[in-house]
Amino acid sequence: MADLSRTPSPSDARDDGLRSSWLARLGWLALFAYVVYALSILNFNVARMLAGLANAAELLGRMFPPLFSRADLRELMFAGLLESLQIAVLASAVGILVSLPLGVLAARNLMPAWLSWIARGVIMLCRSFHPIIVAILFVKAVGFGALAGILALIVASIGFIAKLFAEAIEEISLKQVEAVRATGAGFFNMLIFAVLPQVNARFIGFATYQLDSNLRNSTMVGIVGGGGIGGTLQAAFGRFDYDFVCAILITIIAMIMIGEILSQRLRAIFL
Amino acid sequence: MSGPVAIAEREWTRFTPAQRIGRWLTYLLAIAAVVWAVRTVEVIPEFLLDAPQQVADLFRRMWPIDWAHYYQANGLGVHHALVETLHIATLGTIMAAGLALPVALLAARNVTPFAPANFFAKLILVSSRSVNSLVWALLFVAVFGPGPLAGTFAIAFRSIGFVGKLLGEALEETGKGAIEALEATGASKANILRMGYWPAVRPAFWSIVVFRWDINVRESAVLGLVGAGGIGMVIDTALNTFRWDRVALALISILAVVLVAEVLVTFVRKRIL
Amino acid sequence: MTNATAAAPRPSAGPVEGSALSLKDLTVAYVPGRPVLKGVSLDIADRSVIAIIGPSGTGKSTLIRAINRLVTPNSGSIHFKGQDLARLRGRALRAARCRIGMVFQEYNLVERLSVMENVLSGRLGTLPVWRVWLRAFPKHDISRAFDLLDQVGLAGFAAQRADALSGGQRQRVGIARALMQDPDLLLADEPTSSLDPKTSVEIMELMTQLAGQRGVPLIVNMHQVDLARRFAHRIIGMSGGHVVFDGPPDTLEDHHLHQIYGGEGWLT
Repeated sequence: MADLSRTPSPSDARDDGLRSSWLARLGWLALFAYVVYALSILNFNVARMLAGLANAAELLGRMFPPLFSRADLRELMFAGLLESLQIAVLASAVGILVSLPLGVLAARNLMPAWLSWIARGVIMLCRSFHPIIVAILFVKAVGFGALAGILALIVASIGFIAKLFAEAIEEISLKQVEAVRATGAGFFNMLIFAVLPQVNARFIGFATYQLDSNLRNSTMVGIVGGGGIGGTLQAAFGRFDYDFVCAILITIIAMIMIGEILSQRLRAIFL
Repeated sequence: MSGPVAIAEREWTRFTPAQRIGRWLTYLLAIAAVVWAVRTVEVIPEFLLDAPQQVADLFRRMWPIDWAHYYQANGLGVHHALVETLHIATLGTIMAAGLALPVALLAARNVTPFAPANFFAKLILVSSRSVNSLVWALLFVAVFGPGPLAGTFAIAFRSIGFVGKLLGEALEETGKGAIEALEATGASKANILRMGYWPAVRPAFWSIVVFRWDINVRESAVLGLVGAGGIGMVIDTALNTFRWDRVALALISILAVVLVAEVLVTFVRKRIL
Repeated sequence: MTNATAAAPRPSAGPVEGSALSLKDLTVAYVPGRPVLKGVSLDIADRSVIAIIGPSGTGKSTLIRAINRLVTPNSGSIHFKGQDLARLRGRALRAARCRIGMVFQEYNLVERLSVMENVLSGRLGTLPVWRVWLRAFPKHDISRAFDLLDQVGLAGFAAQRADALSGGQRQRVGIARALMQDPDLLLADEPTSSLDPKTSVEIMELMTQLAGQRGVPLIVNMHQVDLARRFAHRIIGMSGGHVVFDGPPDTLEDHHLHQIYGGEGWLT
């Protein structure tokens, strides 16, 4: 307390400046020390890096020109891409349809506590693992193929959309809800007229974001047997067909970019 | 019921005709896409009938969990892999932050008022984000061979797009005032960056990096499935030998680490912001 | 100052016999053991304008909200159209709310919906979910909503979004929404507290006029004593959860105000 009455002297200011910059320097030093330590633990060294660079040069050389010309591979690639697209479309559709009611159920300001806790539990369960791990479990449950991928991405979509949707609902203005309740509206009419208009824009944002996300992830669930282009891609890597790998990568990036443009359009139409 | 109708019957619709057409087309497109996907997707119904047994089998094989596999002196246990995963995530994030910084500077239109450079930087950022981290991992396994080095690079290259995009946006939001004041003193470009832009975006920068680290902890846990090191390799080995009791152990460990990371990140972000 | 407006016009229909609404021993406590409303009893006649005045936190708002059960009373009864509203639940409660229009202090419009949708929301209690979802409102409802918008002076605003309106305009939409319910009773919870003095008078004029035309009793809760004197047939003064004054405006004296608001520094 007594310190408060002391008039700050110029040396105080100098101390402060010095101390914070010392802390920052210590922080950077610690970071540097960590990097050195971690690099040694993981056996990274200059020789490996250089070898890697040489490999990378060779890899790039073999990737170009990308192989689009072989009809059988092209067919394989488009079959894989189409399956990825199917996975993304179905996972998004089901995920969005499930997330709507689940998000409402999880909103603590609309629902009794016990119900919202159950819904939040389901959402938390959906979020707890990376989609790839969920895909592994579904591959075990329903076998290799697109279904496992679809189920895995449905789980991921619910975990993302329903969680953010519930949070958005919890932030709405209850005054608007009260006014609509005062007109004698039932629960669903209140939901449609007082709650949804307030969260509509955000829900569409979450849903289109997840649509993009599902499109990206649908190209990789195949790596663990969940269907789509991922399996083809991994096989191409395994056979060192890097020109074909490059062709697949270019097509994936193109598909994802088209998807992003489409979902932006979608957002524009509904907002 | 509504009294004299003749004059007062005014029409009201929620949307203009153009809006309505746009919406109907979108719904139609969405339904068409779903119908197409349902009709053409290859699902083997026999597998579905089998699912309950498979799930029961899964849990039977998972139980009892092979706790002994957590620590193995030869370094093949879960513990070492978990530590390796954390190193991959952390190193990868640090590397991404370093690499993303120049790209973000190039991408921010107020820092680099040169459109081709902006475009080039944005191209890098978009490519980085469009390629999934597992695909990056496949690439780097081909470059460096299997192991954590490939995983670290995969994490770094996937994160550049994320960190660079957000950092670039933060830079573009920096107020003009302080920058102009520095320019007026005749400060060099480097000093303007250090004294003008850096203090303005520093909180955002750390917050973005910490946020990405949290994501990377989750992502690095699966990279091992394609040979890029970390706990994913333990899962891969266990899967190949049908040791579901070890898979279960690995999953529980990942869950614990992810939870701890999330708590940590929430704490750190509160301190930063 | 408070008497200066006494000559203002009043709706011609004065209080008449027969009570539309009757409250008995109404008690509300948000925290158990600390009631905000302490056994209020009132009889409210058809076709009258009742102003409830009193300091903040004295239970005015709670009283209004208890009537349409936005707040649930702990004890007492609310007799309205042969029903005890205090006992109603679920569907019956919603049906009763349909007959009671309410105007709010902060308008409480659904900001992101159009003016038309806000007015039509007065019909939500009577429409099936599919119609609401598709915005397929019956033609006569839409036509009536347009008429109401004309009456509240917002002709041509139907397609605007509610958040684009000024405070006074929003409150007009709020009034149209309440009247859209074709109510047997109008409640207004501090309808002018968020408005400037001129707009406040306009809103009060509009409400009393429209309620008078329809022969619907209007209970309005307010801070401004001058507005209450000018527009009400009957003033109810509340203090500490009790009714401490109940009578026509001309019988409201300074000593009553002193009793209602306590202290007298604010009078001068």
